[in-house]
Amino acid sequence: MSERNFICVACPMGCELHVALDEKGGVAAVTGNNCKRGVAYAQAETTHPTRSFHSTVRVEGGNAPLVSVKSRAPVPKAMLMDCAKATRAAKAKAPIAIGDVLLADVCGTGIDLIATNRVS
Amino acid sequence: MAENYELIVVGGGPAGMAAALEAEKDGVTKILLLERAETLGGILEQCIHTGFGLHYFGEELSGPEYADRFIVPTEQSSAIEVKLDTMVLEVTPGENAHQVLAINKTDGLLELNARAVILAMGCRERPRGALNIAGTRPAGVLSAGTAQKYVNMDGYLPGKEVVILGSGDIGLIMARRMTFEGAHVKMVCELMPYSSGLTRNIVQCLDDFDIPLKRSCTVVAIHGTERLEGVTIAKVDKNRRPVPGTEAFVPCDLLLLSVGLIPENELTRGAGIEIDPVTAGACVSQDRETKIPGVFACGNVLHVHDLVDYVTMESQLAGAGAAAYIQDRADKNPDYVGTHGKNGVRYVVPQRVNKHVTENVKLYFRVGQVYKNAVARLRAGETVLTQRKRARLAPGEMEDLTVTPEQLSLLPEGAELTIEVAEGK
Amino acid sequence: MTENYDVAVIGAGVIGTLIARSLSRYNLRVALLEKLHDVAQGTTKANSAIVHAGFDAKPGTFKAKYNVRGAAMMPELCQTLHVPYANNGALVLGFDDDDVPVLESLLERGRRNKVPGLRLIGKEELLAMEPNVNPCAVGALYAPSGGIVSPFDLAIAAAECAVANGVDFYRDFDVARINQHDTHFSIYSAAGKKRTAKLVVNAAGVHADDVAHLVGDDSFHISPRRGEYLLLDNTQAGVVNATIFQCPSDMGKGVLITPTVHHNILIGPSADDIDVKDDLSTTDPGLKGIQTTMRLSVPGYQIKDVITSFSGLRAHSNTGDFVLRPSLIDPRFIHAAGIESPGLSASPAIAAYVVKLFADVWEEELSEKTNWNPGRPKPLRIKELSREERREAIKKRPEYGRIVCRCETVSEGEIIDAIRAPAGARDMDGVKRRTRAGMGRCQAGFCGTKVLEILSRELQLPPQEITKFGAGSQILLGKTK
Repeated sequence: MSERNFICVACPMGCELHVALDEKGGVAAVTGNNCKRGVAYAQAETTHPTRSFHSTVRVEGGNAPLVSVKSRAPVPKAMLMDCAKATRAAKAKAPIAIGDVLLADVCGTGIDLIATNRVS
Repeated sequence: MAENYELIVVGGGPAGMAAALEAEKDGVTKILLLERAETLGGILEQCIHTGFGLHYFGEELSGPEYADRFIVPTEQSSAIEVKLDTMVLEVTPGENAHQVLAINKTDGLLELNARAVILAMGCRERPRGALNIAGTRPAGVLSAGTAQKYVNMDGYLPGKEVVILGSGDIGLIMARRMTFEGAHVKMVCELMPYSSGLTRNIVQCLDDFDIPLKRSCTVVAIHGTERLEGVTIAKVDKNRRPVPGTEAFVPCDLLLLSVGLIPENELTRGAGIEIDPVTAGACVSQDRETKIPGVFACGNVLHVHDLVDYVTMESQLAGAGAAAYIQDRADKNPDYVGTHGKNGVRYVVPQRVNKHVTENVKLYFRVGQVYKNAVARLRAGETVLTQRKRARLAPGEMEDLTVTPEQLSLLPEGAELTIEVAEGK
Repeated sequence: MTENYDVAVIGAGVIGTLIARSLSRYNLRVALLEKLHDVAQGTTKANSAIVHAGFDAKPGTFKAKYNVRGAAMMPELCQTLHVPYANNGALVLGFDDDDVPVLESLLERGRRNKVPGLRLIGKEELLAMEPNVNPCAVGALYAPSGGIVSPFDLAIAAAECAVANGVDFYRDFDVARINQHDTHFSIYSAAGKKRTAKLVVNAAGVHADDVAHLVGDDSFHISPRRGEYLLLDNTQAGVVNATIFQCPSDMGKGVLITPTVHHNILIGPSADDIDVKDDLSTTDPGLKGIQTTMRLSVPGYQIKDVITSFSGLRAHSNTGDFVLRPSLIDPRFIHAAGIESPGLSASPAIAAYVVKLFADVWEEELSEKTNWNPGRPKPLRIKELSREERREAIKKRPEYGRIVCRCETVSEGEIIDAIRAPAGARDMDGVKRRTRAGMGRCQAGFCGTKVLEILSRELQLPPQEITKFGAGSQILLGKTK
């Protein structure tokens, strides 16, 4: 049985998680966590690690040159740099409200990028 | 002609807005919020990464989203008047009212009076000069926050090959941001043997992108005539002095400095308010009142916070305190007990607590180094009032312990509250 | 494009700009040629900012003569040009019996140089004047005529005055070739631009010998001598009132601690002879060394309040004195070279003397302008105005009400003034020197982005083209997207 170590990032505590893996590479046991979010994090980080993504998108005709965006839900960790490239090419038109979808289904992740600021 | 307000709040960032809104909630009706930038929100506007609001809202918000939760009610409030692009030049405490001198383009010079003033000016970054790094003085050496403004707000890239000095949160966050924007972040150097940033930021901003974090390492020289051409890094010994022979040249065109934040207390000092030399912010009581009655301070101007959620909560205390002061509900004869950090605890805020309080008081503190399996204890003399075990205590993460009204009322004359940390076995 | 001048001044440091200003009094076509992007970019921008009383220089030298004369001219010149100056006095500390004869010989020298008011003082009087100096000091030489001035403000003001009086100022004009003709010189920049002038004044600082070589004159050699400095925050103001020296050494007047006219505290310089004339790097041993040396003078200053460190080059001539004379190769080529300490103190007198040298050689009629203005408009400083004056200023230009630099309380209006002024600011450092925006304890952390925006707008340049101090020092390398 093999083992993996993570630092949990579910909250600022930064618990050091020790994950015992089963034969199929799945999670057998998690120790070192202070709450159940640690278990969920260890599960996710072992099988399909995801991250929140954020960046900016250029705005046309607005009172700011850029608008900040984030992924509505975490995207696969491996897709972060693809998402970053996608935002560099994207453009949005003012006015923009918080929550507006600026890039739907970013890089085929099924996740939308939404505005996190207002532009008039 | 001086204009009169019940409350003037200096600073329209998260601290100022939360304080003003709380004061409004408690019935203050004539509030003026003065902000030097052209928008409300303060530094949150350029902090476009997510991770804000987990504690206060139970959601993961970006900086602008978190700010917006306060901007909307502030703008809609009938009690709060907002003046943007307005710089406060002086706060002069007075017997019955405090004077505030401010300046802007449209009103010119503003001479204002208020029963109470809340100071919420935030903090600024330590510059290169404070570090005394040898070498040339080319373009391409910026504080991380300045770079954050250029990249996130203006859309310009201040460099392509990047070295970051200091693993404070802004430095870590900027490592990831620069990477997302196509720059190559070569390394983050940290003078101390541990990072002062949040652990999750080290994981998500450095580890995820294979950016090395070099601990006990610093930049000893800057090279390049017009534009930065590289830096010399070196390992440091336990006294933080560079070790001869460990120098290495790292080519780069941008050096970002994330070497600490300093509360911006020019106005506080100018008003003659006592400053805590450790926090570099005012000395305050549990409702964040400074030693001058009716003048309050909250947020990063009081002490540097790692999470905006705590700024919000602290600022609500200041807002409520100011409201009580304005409405003459405040305790006229407070009996204060001092708070102190000992044995590894660098500071405690608030610096004093009124024994007559009717609600629990949270004492916030920071440790001076990393502790594992540690116990933080709040004591009054030999008596341990409360203690909390923590798997890890780090300078980058603010902690708190609670003292109850009952515990306070039982304190003997001349007692002091101390917080200390002990490493467990 | 060629432009023809009566006289070209090479080098826009404090010497070149003051000479250009003095020449602008006459009906002459004057060009001021500067290699870099702004005035005051060489020795002028980084030195001790001291108006020496004049007790140090060897009697009979140009240094001795023009120091005392220049120091006497400085207060009025600074008043005319609205340049900050203060007569704070100077002290040379003695720490043991060995120092006493040194102080006595300085006193004797000073008297021969006609330094006014010079006297030795005992420990008691010293500590009464300067309570923070090391109580181990046995006494001091006191020079009441010593002063402090902002050297770059002086050069900026002189250039502004010169340009307003008709002098043409050329930035980025790196003189690379000079052809001598019967009636004039042809002066070419490295970029191939050409200006002609009937006479040339060589005020090229550490490069003055290189410029002399261009006309075949190798009569002197300039070696750069580097001095490193530390600048302390104005929270340290008052730690000393006078300029405090230690007994001099072969390399210079020793490490000093002095207030600046902008209420900071300056300590330095170290002294290193170096090989490269543009090496303005600071070194760890240099900065540490001056801190250690300075503890002897003033044990209690707070080193944590350092806001910046920098180094400057003194243009040390192998002749040991200022080189103030026509070239032996061609008398129409006048040197104002080797101007190391006390060059700043002597600068007003040097400018006057160089104009005299010029007049001696000039064969055409020399008439004064009827409308020459010796001064410049007083720069408006919001920080220094009364409430009523502030109100008036903002009424006239609302931008005076928008504070850009928080540490030094500098408004957008002042920055616009600095850019629009004659020989005005063209880069971030230029704005900083003229307005102090970015000079404070945050060192442009907050205002840098705004200053860049204002420069971009005023100069009608995209932000990526705004520099820290001229070509190659761009702040931004491109757009993110």
